[in-house]
Amino acid sequence: MAQLTMIQAITNALDNALEKDENTLIFGQDVGLNGGVFRATQGLQAKYGEERVFDTPLAESAIGGLAIGLAFENFRPIPEIQFFGFIFEVMDGIAGQMSRTRYRTGGTRTMPITIRSPFGGGVHAPELHSDSLEGLMAQIPGIKVVIPSNPFDAKGLLLASIEDDDPVIFLEHMKLYRSFKEEVPEEYYTVPLGKAKIVFEGTDVSIVTYGYMVHEALKVAKQLDEEGISVEVIDLRTVSPIDIETIIQSVEKTGRLVVVQEAQRQAGVASTIMAEMAERKRAILALKAPIGRVSAPDSVYAFSLAENDWLPDAQDIIDKVKEAINFD
Amino acid sequence: MINKKKFDFAAHLKSVEENYQMIQILNEKGDIVNSDLVPDLSNEELVQLFKDMLWSRALNDRSVILARQGRLGFFGPSAGQEASQLASCLAFDKNDYLLPGYRDIPILVKRGLPLYKAFLWSKGHVEGGMYPEDFLSTTPEIIIGAQYIKAAGVGLGFKKRGKKQVVFTYTGDGGSSQGDFYEGINVAGAFKVPVVFIVQNNQYAISTPWRKQTAANTLAQKAAAAGIPGVLVDGMDPLAVYAIAKAARDWALAGNGPILIETFTSRFQPHSMSGDDPKLYRDEDSYAEWEGKDPMIRMRTYLTKKGLWNQDQEEGLIKQFDQQIQEAVKKADDAPKQKISQLLELMFEEPTQVLKEQIESYKKKEGE
Repeated sequence: MAQLTMIQAITNALDNALEKDENTLIFGQDVGLNGGVFRATQGLQAKYGEERVFDTPLAESAIGGLAIGLAFENFRPIPEIQFFGFIFEVMDGIAGQMSRTRYRTGGTRTMPITIRSPFGGGVHAPELHSDSLEGLMAQIPGIKVVIPSNPFDAKGLLLASIEDDDPVIFLEHMKLYRSFKEEVPEEYYTVPLGKAKIVFEGTDVSIVTYGYMVHEALKVAKQLDEEGISVEVIDLRTVSPIDIETIIQSVEKTGRLVVVQEAQRQAGVASTIMAEMAERKRAILALKAPIGRVSAPDSVYAFSLAENDWLPDAQDIIDKVKEAINFD
Repeated sequence: MINKKKFDFAAHLKSVEENYQMIQILNEKGDIVNSDLVPDLSNEELVQLFKDMLWSRALNDRSVILARQGRLGFFGPSAGQEASQLASCLAFDKNDYLLPGYRDIPILVKRGLPLYKAFLWSKGHVEGGMYPEDFLSTTPEIIIGAQYIKAAGVGLGFKKRGKKQVVFTYTGDGGSSQGDFYEGINVAGAFKVPVVFIVQNNQYAISTPWRKQTAANTLAQKAAAAGIPGVLVDGMDPLAVYAIAKAARDWALAGNGPILIETFTSRFQPHSMSGDDPKLYRDEDSYAEWEGKDPMIRMRTYLTKKGLWNQDQEEGLIKQFDQQIQEAVKKADDAPKQKISQLLELMFEEPTQVLKEQIESYKKKEGE
């Protein structure tokens, strides 16, 4: 089994998908010869040809429109939006078209589209490159939003997204692209969508998070373990739909919940989780303390030189966990 | 050094605009004025085209009444645009792919959509969007211009599959101001895909006159920026519309890439029957001018002169159309009541955990 970074695992998944299903197509800005600005599609055009891996004009809305039209012709498009902040240019394609097609046509047409896009902070990119906009996407009925936190899941979740007959937004945290390697099978496999994973078991407090923040939460879990606080970390992996049942079961065990997201506080995924827990009997009766929330503050994504202070980190999580532990 | 001559920007622009002269074959008096371009339509086909136009006008007139009675939902009148719609769609094959705008209901029905389904779409019923797999069309586009980029995508699909089929799509003058319009024709040109883009310039985007939307002297010339042919056609002339649409289809089918057609036409009635008042933005006198250009009048005159039409035929035909329309209205009225629980099932192939809970709760409300 090969040791792969997350970006290599993604390339490997795309390679598997192109090989397995001749209806899959990869396209976007600079994804062909150039292999994408992060090299996610490196070597794929050479291997599968320009018919299946191709560059588009610099036009995000057109990329969305092409995906929709190709899906009508029974292709399985895997477009790339170069940076997730550019998604605003294709919001009609996503929220106005592909997410509604199954409903609009009474189930007679489907949109098996997987939109891949890099996102996430901490890499000192220009404006509108780092924003965590998954909350916006998660509010759209009819679309799934997937965010892996490691190479193994990235490959399995991406292949599951491509197999899915409904549209999926697949978000790749830029800070995780090359930060570590792990064993990733070369062969085709999937990791189910909509299923969270307990990545660190504990009994005192549950941390629910996703993406890069999983790694900050794991740091916290290990550090607090030494202090005698047993933390459970849940990696959501899919932020829409949310795996409510896994969270409830964890809360029933620990009685305390801290929700962590890199995105700003207002609306968003963390709010949804908190609301779901607050209105469900099993969760609310199990809770021994108010639900804690760690997020970025409600400003525009911070200027690069300020982003490290703006982004939430392990210390912010520790503070919230201790608040929950010390609440009585 | 002193420049002896200034660059003449105005002349430069004029030289572009001069390439977009309006094509007319049948004039307002019903006479052929451009015999070189007269399309190859048999007498039977000419009569059928006129019957289709009459049917479309009848459908429009009944729909306006139904909408006033509150028996339809959203309805965009199409009177005045019969040549632009029925003559253009006649140029395309059953296996061509249609992406219509919301005013193009007559085209959808002419191509085989049962009329009651069109009414159900208007009223807001799921069945109105359920097309058989071999009915090659999207539902009427609500987001103006969005159909243009989707059309490029379907065209790219045809090209990749090596299919001998063409995509055709409609928007209006307002649609040609949208970003998606430019992205659509540009990407279609870049990929050289078989798409015929039709802009029905009915001169108003709800209330905003087309001249206020652009400095372009024609909408057809917008094609030049995408490097594709653009043609301006008299949209009140069924023969010109058909001839150019047919030639455009042949062009696209031969692998030459996309084409843009502007049909210059007129909407005789409000934008929609949902409160639009043209008195606020349209001069009363303009109606007389445009009703004089009515495609029905010139086609009727032309066919009558050729001895192919007798005014007496019309009354019976309209009665027949009215009966068909009434039957479709009845069928649409009889459609089963929609259940929210069933609609929730349409969100995904497999309902999510939270959706399952919502489906259960609606099923209880619905008494299941």
